[in-house]
Amino acid sequence: MSIDLKTIKHISKLSRISVDEKRAEKLADDLNSIFEFIEKLNELKTDDVKPLTSIAETTLKFRSDEIKSKNIREQIIKNSPEDNEDYFVVPKVIE
Amino acid sequence: MSDITKQSLTELVENIKNKKLSSTDVTKAFIQRSEKSSELNAYITDDFAPALDKAKKFDQNPNLDLKLPGIPMAVKDLFCTKNVKTTAGSKILNNFVPTYESTVTENIWNEGAILLGKLNCDEFAMGSSNETSHFGNVQNPIDKNLVPGGSSGGSASAVAGQLTPITIGTDTGGSIRQPASFTGIVGLKPTYGSCSRYGIVAFASSLDQAGPMAQNVKDCALLQEVISTYDSKDSTSINFKRNHYSKELTKNIKGKKIGIPKEYRVDGMPKEIEDLWQKGIQYVKDCGAETIDISLPHTSYALPTYYIVAPAEASSNLARYDGVKYGYRAKGENLIDMYEKTRSEGFGAEVQRRIMIGTYVLSSGYYDAYYLKAQKVRKLIKNDFDEAYKKVDAILTPSTPSSAFKIGEKTNDPVSMYLNDIFTVPVNLAGLPGISIPAGHDTKGYPLGLQIIGKAFDEQNILNIAFAMEEKINFKNKITDWWIK
Repeated sequence: MSIDLKTIKHISKLSRISVDEKRAEKLADDLNSIFEFIEKLNELKTDDVKPLTSIAETTLKFRSDEIKSKNIREQIIKNSPEDNEDYFVVPKVIE
Repeated sequence: MSDITKQSLTELVENIKNKKLSSTDVTKAFIQRSEKSSELNAYITDDFAPALDKAKKFDQNPNLDLKLPGIPMAVKDLFCTKNVKTTAGSKILNNFVPTYESTVTENIWNEGAILLGKLNCDEFAMGSSNETSHFGNVQNPIDKNLVPGGSSGGSASAVAGQLTPITIGTDTGGSIRQPASFTGIVGLKPTYGSCSRYGIVAFASSLDQAGPMAQNVKDCALLQEVISTYDSKDSTSINFKRNHYSKELTKNIKGKKIGIPKEYRVDGMPKEIEDLWQKGIQYVKDCGAETIDISLPHTSYALPTYYIVAPAEASSNLARYDGVKYGYRAKGENLIDMYEKTRSEGFGAEVQRRIMIGTYVLSSGYYDAYYLKAQKVRKLIKNDFDEAYKKVDAILTPSTPSSAFKIGEKTNDPVSMYLNDIFTVPVNLAGLPGISIPAGHDTKGYPLGLQIIGKAFDEQNILNIAFAMEEKINFKNKITDWWIK
């Protein structure tokens, strides 16, 4: 299997990371060498193996749906790069 | 006392409790040494002035019943600390000031410790040499231009260089144990679910664990006792009976069965690592334990599995860095353009690479071939350990396939960098506890570590084995203070 530039462009779109031509070529090389290494897993027959989805093997605990932190709007907004007092600000999305 | 920074955590606690030292004395000493150690680049952010204030306040009305009374401590910059910048070694978080505290650090401050500062690490803990940090690489106190390992490289460098008496790191694939091994210190990765992940910048949520990095096993046990608590704020935190690890620590390991897995004898492993392992086997026998040859047949599949599972989880966890809620934001022509430029400029090359791998293995058409396959192999790897633990109480292996390497030596070849974690990754995949202890030096005089892997929740047992071995090994770290002018 080989990851070509078209695939890199596709993954970059899905990842929301813009990549120029030069970076894309380097990434294709890197990913190909990494996937070559990953292909080793195909040596194993795993049709009858149940996937491990949770390491802890415990059922998730329920808790009551209560509000514990009150009036933390200021704290939440504090680290945003741009805000308008009560809101996060993003570039215009509706024409 | 002139050599305060040479004392172990246990000695410092003792001296503060006996009033031979004040918190101010100790805090001052570590601040002064840290200030003289800027060449190590171990800190991203220092908090020295507030630390000294806190120490003075502690001394006015000292509570000497606490486990870490007035002890200054720097922590890996992956733990959110309230009102103190937390970067995870990334440009994208270089202005992030948390409004809350991680549970693990909260536990530490509640026992009387004082924050000294935030320690350098690989960006989002993705790296094995601390060279992916946006804030520059860290020097290993052992030798100039030597990597301290990663991702908890700043933490390892700070403990080995005596900039902090002890610290905490995080370990997703070896990030505590590998740097501990490279710098001649002790590092424990606890059982998954032992320490809360709340407030730790997430990398791969099914693998991440916080743990202590210390000068010796006893210090390590004491800090583990403080940080391991059940926490309802982490849905994978496990409520089990936790030991008083430091109080219950014993060198008596007579009759313990220690497994020696043949698959860890990998091709191309230097002879000095093999020799070290043999020495370790002799040490545990000298302590009265029995060694048994075992097989962990899927060992060689652990790294390829890890490089699917970890990036997959990372790509999902790191989706939150979009330039809107916190962190760095680039200018864009529209919303999507802003996202793409923010993430392109904000993340470093290794992080981008892993996000891309993760996105690819989770993408439509590839999920079964990669992600599902990896989850199945992960199950086989866990089964190997379950089988082995029917016969043995713990497993002894080398911590790393080599000693520390030079800065820049492996940066161009991601796969050769990844191979560093060959002995540590299986432990994370199986959710088990593992401890690395310094066990000898290679021909260059660089430290080498041995790893003891335990059953889940059996930290006490591996701490005991480490404690017994530590006495036999009698390791002395060769620190020359070369970086201090």
